[in-house]
Amino acid sequence: MALKFRLPILAPFYHQVGEVGLLIARTFKNYFRRPFEKKIFLESLEDIGVRSLPVVSVTAAFGGLVFGLQVYVGFHRYIGLGSEAFGGPIISLGLTKELIPLLVGLMISGRVGSSMTAEIGTMKITEQVDALFSLGADPIRYLVVPRTLASFIMVPCLVLYGDAIGIFAGFFYNIYLMGVNKSIYLTNTLLYLELWDIITGLIKAAIFGWVIAIVGCWQGLKAEGGAEGVGRATTRTVVVANICILILNFLLSKALPATLTGK
Amino acid sequence: MIRIVDLHKQFGTKKVLSGLDLEIERGETMVIIGQSGSGKSVLLKHLIGILKPDRGQIYIDGEEITRLVDEELQKLTRKFGMLFQGGALFDSLSVAENVGFGLERYSDYPRGEINRIVSESLAKVGLKGIEGLMPHELSGGMKKRVGLARAIAYKPEIILYDEPSTGIDPIRADSINDLIIELKNDMCVTSVVITHDMVSCYKVADRIAMLYNGRIIEVGTPADIQASSSPVVQQFIHGKAQGPITDW
Repeated sequence: MALKFRLPILAPFYHQVGEVGLLIARTFKNYFRRPFEKKIFLESLEDIGVRSLPVVSVTAAFGGLVFGLQVYVGFHRYIGLGSEAFGGPIISLGLTKELIPLLVGLMISGRVGSSMTAEIGTMKITEQVDALFSLGADPIRYLVVPRTLASFIMVPCLVLYGDAIGIFAGFFYNIYLMGVNKSIYLTNTLLYLELWDIITGLIKAAIFGWVIAIVGCWQGLKAEGGAEGVGRATTRTVVVANICILILNFLLSKALPATLTGK
Repeated sequence: MIRIVDLHKQFGTKKVLSGLDLEIERGETMVIIGQSGSGKSVLLKHLIGILKPDRGQIYIDGEEITRLVDEELQKLTRKFGMLFQGGALFDSLSVAENVGFGLERYSDYPRGEINRIVSESLAKVGLKGIEGLMPHELSGGMKKRVGLARAIAYKPEIILYDEPSTGIDPIRADSINDLIIELKNDMCVTSVVITHDMVSCYKVADRIAMLYNGRIIEVGTPADIQASSSPVVQQFIHGKAQGPITDW
C-alpha cells in the first residue's frame, strides 16, 4: 500500500535517473568508437579552456584574497599577533583542495554547461539532431563525446591555473597588504603543502568537468518547446550541475585520502 | 520495399498513429497528405529510425528496423536521405560542410571529389557558388534547398521529403518537383513526400496516401484520389473549410 502511494510521486525522478543513466552508458560506449569528432573536440577545448580564462582569473584572485583575509583574521584573533604567518599552508591547502575546484566548477557550470545546453537544445528544436541521425552520425558520438572529454581535460587545467592565481592572491594579501613575515609564510607553505593536495583538487576538477558537460548535453538533448523550452533547460543545467558539484565535492573530500605522507 | 504494419505511436495522452499500414514499392514516389498535426512528420521519422513506435513493425527491404540497435540502425540510415521541414542545416558548418557532411564521414571519396559532388548537388537545387556561406546568411527557402542538396548528395536509395515546397516561391517549388521526378527516373530513387501543396502532389506522386486519425484511410493514384468517394479525402484535396474533417 505504502509502495503504491510512493511510486507515482517518485516516478519522474526514476525516469530522469534512467534517462541520464542511459545517456552515460551510451557516451562511454561511444568513447571507443570511431570516427572521433576531432574538430568539435578541439573547438570545445578552446571554448571551455581558453575562453574561461578571464572568469577563472577573477574568481581565483578574489577567492584567494578573501580566503587569505579570513585566515589572517582567524590567526590574529585566536592565536595572537605574529602567528598570521603560519596561515600560509592553510590558505594553500584550502584553496587547492576545496575552494578553487569548487569555485571554478560552479563558474564553468554557469558559463560552459549552460552554453552546451543552449547550443544542443537549439539543435534539437530545429531538427538538427534528427538531421545528424539521418546522415548516419550518432548524435551522442558527435555532440556528447567530444564535449565531455574536452571538459574532463580542461577543467583540471583551469583549476591548476586558478590554484596559482589563488595562492598568489592569498600571499599578496598577507605579505604586501597586512605585512606578515614573508620568510615564515613561504617556509611553512612549502613545508606543509603536498603535491597530493593539488592532485586532489585536480581529480575533483576532472570529475566536475565531466559532470557539467554530461548534464549540459543531457538537458540540451531533452529540450523541447521552442525558445522557452531551451531557456528552461539551460536554467535546469546550472541548477542540477551546481547541486551535483556541491554534493560530489563533499563525497570526494571524504573519499580521497587527506594525505599520502602520513603527516 | 517499405512495409509499415500496424504502427502505433502516442505522445503523452495524444495518440498520433493508431494502427497505420502502408506499403511503398521500390522506385515509387508516394505522397502522404493529411492535416497539419496528423502525424505525417512522425511517420517519416519512424521510417528512418529517429522515432521508435509503441507498437508495430517497419520493414525496409525485408528487414524489420524497429528492433535494430544503434549501430545497425545507423548503417541503415545511410540508405536514406531526408529533407527536413526547416532545412535543419547545422548552424556551425558552412553550406559546403553541410552538404558534404555524410560524404566526408562515410565515404572514401578524396576531398576534391567531395567538393565536386557538393557543387553538383547545389547546382541541382539552383544554388551555384554559395559553398562558403553560413546557414544564417541564407533565406528560409535557400536553407531548404541546401537541405535538399544535402539529402541527395550521397545518392541515397530512399529520400524522405518533409514539405519540400513550403516556404519556396512557386517557380522554385516546381523545379524541386522536377528534381524529385528526375531523381526517380534517373536513379530509381524511392521517395516519400509529405506535402499540403496539391499541385506538387499531383505532379510528383505515383500514388497518394491520405493520413487521417492516425491511419491511412485511402491510397491510390492521383486519378483515384481525385475520384475518391470519401468525403474526408474530397474535403482535404479541395481545401474546403466545411466537411467531415472540421465537423467537431
